[in-house]
Amino acid sequence: MEAVKERETGIADVNENQYLTFMLSGEEYGVDILTVQELRGWEDATPIPNSPSFVSGIINLRGVVVPIINLRDRFGLENRAFDATTVVIIVKLAGNDRERVLGIVVDAVSEVYSISGSDLKPPPDMDGAISIEFVKHLATIDNKMIILLDINRLINEGIFSKKETADLDVHEISVEE
Amino acid sequence: MSVDLDQFKGIFFEESFENLDAMETGLLALSEGETDLETVNTIFRGAHSIKGGGAAFGFDVVSSFTHVMEELLDKMRNGEMEADFASVNILLESVDVLRELLKAFQDGLEPDDQRALALKLKLEEIRDGASGVSEIATDSQIEVEAGDTRDEEIIGWTIHFLPYENLLQTGNDPSLMLRELAGLGEMTLQVHTQRIPPLAEMEPEKCYLSWDIELKAPVERDAITEIFEWVEDDCDLDIQPVVQPVERRKMERRDEERRTGEGAGLERRKEDRRAVGKDAAPAPSATIRVSTERIDEIIDMVGELVITQSMLSQLGEDLDLAKLEKLREGLEQLERNSRELQEGVMSIRMQPISFAFNRFPRMVHDVSQKLSKQIRLETSGEDTEMDKTVMEKINDPLVHLVRNSIDHGLETPDERLEAGKEEEGIVRLNAYHQGSFVIIEVSDDGSGLDRERIFTKAIERGLVKESDELSDDQVFRLLLEAGFSTAEQVSDLSGRGVGLDVVRKNIEGLGGSIDIRSELGVGTTFAIRLPLTLAVLDGQLFKVGNDTFILPLSSIVESLQMDQKCISGVASDIELYRLRDEYIPIIDLSKTFSINENPKNMENALLVVVELGERHVGLLIDELLGQQQVVIKSLETNYQRVTGISGATILGDGTVSLILDVAGLIEMSHLDQNNGGKQQKMANNNLVLQEQ
Repeated sequence: MEAVKERETGIADVNENQYLTFMLSGEEYGVDILTVQELRGWEDATPIPNSPSFVSGIINLRGVVVPIINLRDRFGLENRAFDATTVVIIVKLAGNDRERVLGIVVDAVSEVYSISGSDLKPPPDMDGAISIEFVKHLATIDNKMIILLDINRLINEGIFSKKETADLDVHEISVEE
Repeated sequence: MSVDLDQFKGIFFEESFENLDAMETGLLALSEGETDLETVNTIFRGAHSIKGGGAAFGFDVVSSFTHVMEELLDKMRNGEMEADFASVNILLESVDVLRELLKAFQDGLEPDDQRALALKLKLEEIRDGASGVSEIATDSQIEVEAGDTRDEEIIGWTIHFLPYENLLQTGNDPSLMLRELAGLGEMTLQVHTQRIPPLAEMEPEKCYLSWDIELKAPVERDAITEIFEWVEDDCDLDIQPVVQPVERRKMERRDEERRTGEGAGLERRKEDRRAVGKDAAPAPSATIRVSTERIDEIIDMVGELVITQSMLSQLGEDLDLAKLEKLREGLEQLERNSRELQEGVMSIRMQPISFAFNRFPRMVHDVSQKLSKQIRLETSGEDTEMDKTVMEKINDPLVHLVRNSIDHGLETPDERLEAGKEEEGIVRLNAYHQGSFVIIEVSDDGSGLDRERIFTKAIERGLVKESDELSDDQVFRLLLEAGFSTAEQVSDLSGRGVGLDVVRKNIEGLGGSIDIRSELGVGTTFAIRLPLTLAVLDGQLFKVGNDTFILPLSSIVESLQMDQKCISGVASDIELYRLRDEYIPIIDLSKTFSINENPKNMENALLVVVELGERHVGLLIDELLGQQQVVIKSLETNYQRVTGISGATILGDGTVSLILDVAGLIEMSHLDQNNGGKQQKMANNNLVLQEQ
């Protein structure tokens, strides 16, 4: 796994937040680095029966059972085989009722950027591949657009909420047959 | 310093609650006619320690309250008073009040001491030998006594006397005044000299001293002000009465009562207080008491483990084939060490079930009074040990079952006499080990379950059809279905129509089961079967497709290779396997878990027969692997509950494997699907019931 390198950012700004960016289907996304616990290479996960397809399964993270979310699948992007650059970002989040640790599978991690508050643009109305409500901000760095995700919302509403999961392609066992 | 004190506070609370439990047990023994002096002594000692601790930590309400209890108990101990029914009842109530007070202090709240004060007055009445013990409970009595508030409860005065510098110039002499004060009673003087300037600056005509005076004399304030009369304008004077804290509160309390009139406000407050007590869920105590012996054993085991570890790492430094034998030995030793250590640590959490049983004598005592039934509680097998966490979770279901037995199981004394039984009904609690399970039985010698009534009710509720032919056992199990209650009237105690099904759910949630045995006219027994521990289980590993799963070994009855001849399909989707003279429904796990939707070739496939309570089902699997002890990890911590899965564990190779939940599997498989309509109907019934 390639080391994450800090970008030269000149003078530190109090309004600046650091974001870890990663690639997903050619687009660059970012998450608040404070939510990131660690990065891991891809390893096989134990599938959970009858779970939504974007839940790849659970892994053993030093004795803790951690669920793995396939972000490509969750965002409705075409699945691709995991390779050497595939990375699992382990995030730690305050959930609705408790703190959760879970892993997010992405194509590759990219950079750590410091982005000041004034450089953040609100997301436009877009009917893109991902649900707009999980996009917190857009930022432009070196003429590249970076999509900053609201990871708390994505996990708490986009993955664990009943309503959301009901809308998604859940493999319910069909007991009628 | 305050940190240190806080540390001891925790211990004080813990010990106090234990003392209260002991006192309660003792009092209950007294109320049952026990006259042993040692019992009174035990109660007395409990009260005494709480009093001491309470005073040390500044919980005056607690210490003054227990003081009165203690005095009363002392009289009982010396035979000056009899432990009659009324006084024991008031002492029991006092134990409750104390518990509430301590809980409030523990939570860092200011306790509502109204109830305590009211009770304290009652206790004082009894202590002072009020003739009619039965009368003391009335508030009017308190009112009468409140009239003769005595002022001589003032036991002394503290006086702060700070003369101005010019006091001497007015012709007054402090030493004369102090001498006069000393004439009133025992006096302690503290002189403050910090105002005295360096000798060079000192003026001989000025007064630089000031005094704090403690006077132990029950005199009137006037007697003191008289002495200082001439110097009033030339000094700072602060005269405060020293009142015995107990007595002062008593006076305040009386004032309070006069204001609220007839003590109606008090009654209301009492109610509030109780309501609060009910809402606040008892926080499970976070500590555990372990004998030092057990800890020493564990330390020894850790020592051995460390030795083994260093031996192995030494071997690893330069390993060659010659040392292979040694390595094997080392690993064996490591295995033994870790197993012993695991057992040792697990044993810390094992506690005798008497911890759970102990609360019942009190409950039975209270409830029997409420229902005017005479009930004797018998317990056996209190020494049976089980995991503390399981025990904490079993408490509520047990309470429910005992209440159920008292309320529905046992008849009224009249009915009992008519049926030719003793007036006194018996509720029995029994616990024993069976393999890796604990069995807890709650039984009564009441009227037993009325099969016909349950059946009729179940038909009304739409749980069964009139044409259904059910065994007695199946009929009794209907009691455990949601929304079922045979009580004609909803009582305060039980019979709200929720209950037994919740009990069943809780117990099944713990990986246990519940059985009912009953004989009409003879009695009913509810038997709860629980795993000894929730943290570790003996698991059977097996494969479905490429995935490895684990079943609790204790739920497996047998594993067999299926014979095509014994498989028969019922309707379109249920398949049954005939095992000897029993038909067992088959659950195809690869279908249930959406691993492989293609119907499996049943011929020669492996079937694991598992049991849930009395029920057997067969699980269709691909391959049986080994057995091993697994540590249960919750899936809910980071993910969410998954039906059919009770948790996960980490196998030796570091991969995660899922542990199956048999109850959940049955629920999600087609077996319960047949009941879907019924459940729907039942839910509707519930709705109607609630609306009425």
